Amino acid sequence: MHSIALMLLVRPFALLLALGTVVAPVLADDPPVTIAIRDHQFVPSEVRVPANTKVELIIRNEQTTPAEFESTSLHREKVVPPGTAASVFVGPLKPGRYEFFDDFNTATRGVLVAQ
Amino acid sequence: MLATAIIVFREVLEAALIVGIVMAASQGVPNRGFWVGSGVAGGLFGAVVVAGFAETLAAAMEGIGQEVFNAGILFAAVAMLGWHNIWMRRHASELAAAANRLGAAVRAGSRPLWALAFAVGLAVLREGSEVVLFLYGIAAAGDGGAGAMALGGSLGLAAGVAAGAGIYFGLVHIPMRHLFAVTSWLILLLAAGMASQAAAFLLQADLLPPLGQTVWDTSFLLADQSLTGRILHALVGYTAQPAGIQLVFYLATLLIIGSLMRLVGGTARAVRPQGSRASHPARLQPGE
Repeated sequence: MHSIALMLLVRPFALLLALGTVVAPVLADDPPVTIAIRDHQFVPSEVRVPANTKVELIIRNEQTTPAEFESTSLHREKVVPPGTAASVFVGPLKPGRYEFFDDFNTATRGVLVAQ
Repeated sequence: MLATAIIVFREVLEAALIVGIVMAASQGVPNRGFWVGSGVAGGLFGAVVVAGFAETLAAAMEGIGQEVFNAGILFAAVAMLGWHNIWMRRHASELAAAANRLGAAVRAGSRPLWALAFAVGLAVLREGSEVVLFLYGIAAAGDGGAGAMALGGSLGLAAGVAAGAGIYFGLVHIPMRHLFAVTSWLILLLAAGMASQAAAFLLQADLLPPLGQTVWDTSFLLADQSLTGRILHALVGYTAQPAGIQLVFYLATLLIIGSLMRLVGGTARAVRPQGSRASHPARLQPGE
């Protein structure tokens, strides 16, 4: 019952989306990109990544308090405990700017540029 | 202090709206306060435990422990809400067939309130653990002052609880004979929204394909960060930029729970005596 319903739903969607978007081979060949959170700032605050490929971001929280890396356009939200690093995969992304922020301190913002 | 209040409010809002809807849905059921209260208390206890193990959780399963845990919590809540709705629908036909208000009230007491209590507990656990982490962060930083933190936290909590109370009092104004239909719909949409959120976590963990990173973008109309956006996110799972997989899970949840409800309650309309509906147009408030 579940699988049939899902298949019925997934198929038209997958087709529709495949027509509309570029379906790139999903392989993370590129080296991971590290973003540090230091004194309530992302370092660097602007990150360039290749478009149409999967990229691993490593978020390193160098503060003594927890942070939550969040982005609405990237659909990512991840708690990063103090003094630890968390890995977040993004993409394949269409070229463009994707904002992210620390949800526990929303003044801390940065942007990911896919090109 | 205001920043603290806003963040606490945001996290409390979702859980408070769920509690408000559950309280309205269980209107007139004996001991509902005990069940919902236990759910909230259990959720709070769980939140503190989860926050304490945040680091272990983040490092678990090669770094995707947090995502898998969140998705698991959300799917469990979806199952509980779905189970309640399906049970209610099956029961509705029996209640109507009995056409006996005393019998109905007695049977209503056997409703699976544990399922709703569980769903409330899971929602409180998930949102609460973030509040605990956030407040711990402020306390550990020590620059805001404990007093300002406590005040901000209390303000945020009060505002969140007020929102939950608001939806509850809004809902209980609905006449009893329509109330269950309305709360069933609300619970169904809540469940679908949670399933979509769970899909987002599994997408983040790279366990599901995106099927389109951003299917549409309505952030110019209603941003996720706005108050209305957050309320709609909590109630019906609104997202300004949904990924394809989120839509798949949203629709699949609606379809699966909705068709199971229809399946078990298919005979409800046929057996419902017409007289019992028409002769009691005023609202019924049994057991309150």
